[in-house]
Amino acid sequence: MPNVITANRLTDGVVVYLAADGEWSEQIANARVADTDEETKALETEAENAVRERHVVGVYPMAVALNEDAVDPLSVRERIRAAHRTTLTEDWYDVPL
Amino acid sequence: MYRYDEFDHAFVRERVAEFKDQVERRLSGALTEEEFRPLRLRNGLYLQLHAYMLRIAIPYGVLNSRQLRQLAHIGRKWDRGYGHFTTRQNLQFNWVKLVDIPDVLAALAEVEMHCIQTSGNCVRNVTADPYAAAAVDELEDPRPWCEILRQWSTLHPEFSWLPRKFKIAISGAAEDRAATAFHDIGLRIVKGPKGENGFRVLVGGGMGRIPYVGQEIRSFLPKEHLLSYIESILRVYNLFGRRDNIHKARIKILVNQLGIDTFREAVEADWEATHKTAIDLPEDERHRIMSYFAPPELPERPARDEALAARRESDPAFANWYKHNVLAHRVPGYASIVISLKEPGRTPGDASSETMDLVADLAERFGHDEVRVNYTQNLVLPHVARADIPALYDALVEAGLATGNNELLGDMICCPGLDYCNLANARSIPIAKEIAKRFEDPARQELIGSLRLNMSGCINACGHHHAGNIGILGVDKKGTELYQITLGGSPKDDAAIGTIIGPGFRAEAVPQAIDTIVDTYLENRDEGESFLETWRRVGAAPFKEALYGAG
Repeated sequence: MPNVITANRLTDGVVVYLAADGEWSEQIANARVADTDEETKALETEAENAVRERHVVGVYPMAVALNEDAVDPLSVRERIRAAHRTTLTEDWYDVPL
Repeated sequence: MYRYDEFDHAFVRERVAEFKDQVERRLSGALTEEEFRPLRLRNGLYLQLHAYMLRIAIPYGVLNSRQLRQLAHIGRKWDRGYGHFTTRQNLQFNWVKLVDIPDVLAALAEVEMHCIQTSGNCVRNVTADPYAAAAVDELEDPRPWCEILRQWSTLHPEFSWLPRKFKIAISGAAEDRAATAFHDIGLRIVKGPKGENGFRVLVGGGMGRIPYVGQEIRSFLPKEHLLSYIESILRVYNLFGRRDNIHKARIKILVNQLGIDTFREAVEADWEATHKTAIDLPEDERHRIMSYFAPPELPERPARDEALAARRESDPAFANWYKHNVLAHRVPGYASIVISLKEPGRTPGDASSETMDLVADLAERFGHDEVRVNYTQNLVLPHVARADIPALYDALVEAGLATGNNELLGDMICCPGLDYCNLANARSIPIAKEIAKRFEDPARQELIGSLRLNMSGCINACGHHHAGNIGILGVDKKGTELYQITLGGSPKDDAAIGTIIGPGFRAEAVPQAIDTIVDTYLENRDEGESFLETWRRVGAAPFKEALYGAG
């Protein structure tokens, strides 16, 4: 199952994803996708360096589905995190039940 | 209300400086996240789903206008313009940045507020009846005792690292409006054998994964011994409470494993051995603290106000709001006003900075500068002249804050759930909003009558679902949000834990399930019977049949 690496940015807690260019992006669409366990491990190692360098906290891999060009989180929790929004911000249906 | 003395000011300023230094050390790399985490939690700072969350202590739910305006200002300047009032009578900001926290804490300290002990395994904010010093049925104001416990428990060296967090609630009235039976320690002010006031002490109540109703450890405790007796309870818990399993670490587990009699014996033995006069507060110090809580001067006014009576006659919306949100006051000519934060379409308990500013203005204009936070996530103006009620109502209408649903179905308790919380398994806010929409018609809520609906997004039960007449618990079942419904809980004097009625429902089916439960109640109720009374009389069978069919 494909995985991406997610975390929270240290300074403000915002949800971020390890991107293809090695930076941390707020957009899951920019996330680098690991197709194998080995690739996931390699991304985790890279992410741990970012923890040590104080860019992010709470690093973990999360399963995604690849639909055409989109990277979609599988769980409700991760869909909510990826949306960066809650029920108050606009229409709560923007993260479908 | 309590005002800081020089010691309090100095202490809070020192803590702000200390945490500022800790944040700087975290950002510079001198502290790792593992080292920093317990320090930030001690200052009420969590890392949630989307951002950092700061939990601000509102001691026993009491605020003045200046403080509420400062909270509005903080929301506007460092958050997204709103905060969330919680079932612990606190306020949470959901979008603060770590780099801004030292400034936020300094702004709080300017108005005698802080975030100390809003997290961690210590004694948390002591909660109280929101109508303290105003309620008709009050025996004694619980707030001075809350303040005494607050001062005693703040950075208490022996009790700063308990097996688990510790929550205390106090009610000084005949009716329990503080859910005392669902706290680690619940205190009720009662009359003693000689007619003097003291405490009935409950212990081992709580919600969460394994809910318990608190049990009586002492039917009467002379009030001068409050601190020494509470210390003995905490000492026994601290010594014997489990530290090997977080799910079994609360005092409720210890009390129920030992049995209340054995636990009582241990507490009484410790108390007997305690040098009480070294711990209990001297009488003059008690009186000094109590003097801070002298109620505002409320000159008696006519109990009946003609203009108010005429408005009730001529304006049905006003009459409906008045019926539910205006409560009797012990001084003739006054009332306590509930400002509902449960307007359909809104997130229960959320208040924008504009709302906070407005309520602060109204408290100054009409309410002797006092605001209370109810654990049911509403705001209260405890002392309002009845003659001012129409003008107050008009101002609330203009701001969309005149929802007349206090203690009705629409007055739901709701935790932040999976929209914000790292611990949650399912969303609660969208479900609450959908239920509110379905029961939007005030006439229908009126027909149903008093009904407490509580909802939590996980088993930790911040939304008090166990104590709801109808409780909803969100769970994660193989990646799907599922909602388990319990019936028959009560947070009041007849405290009870709700019973799971059957298999859970998918999110979209929950509003209809609540509708079915309400219809079943209406079909089965005898005249004048509350939901709880009907449930207790007819049992689960008709509700099960209505929800799941016969057999």
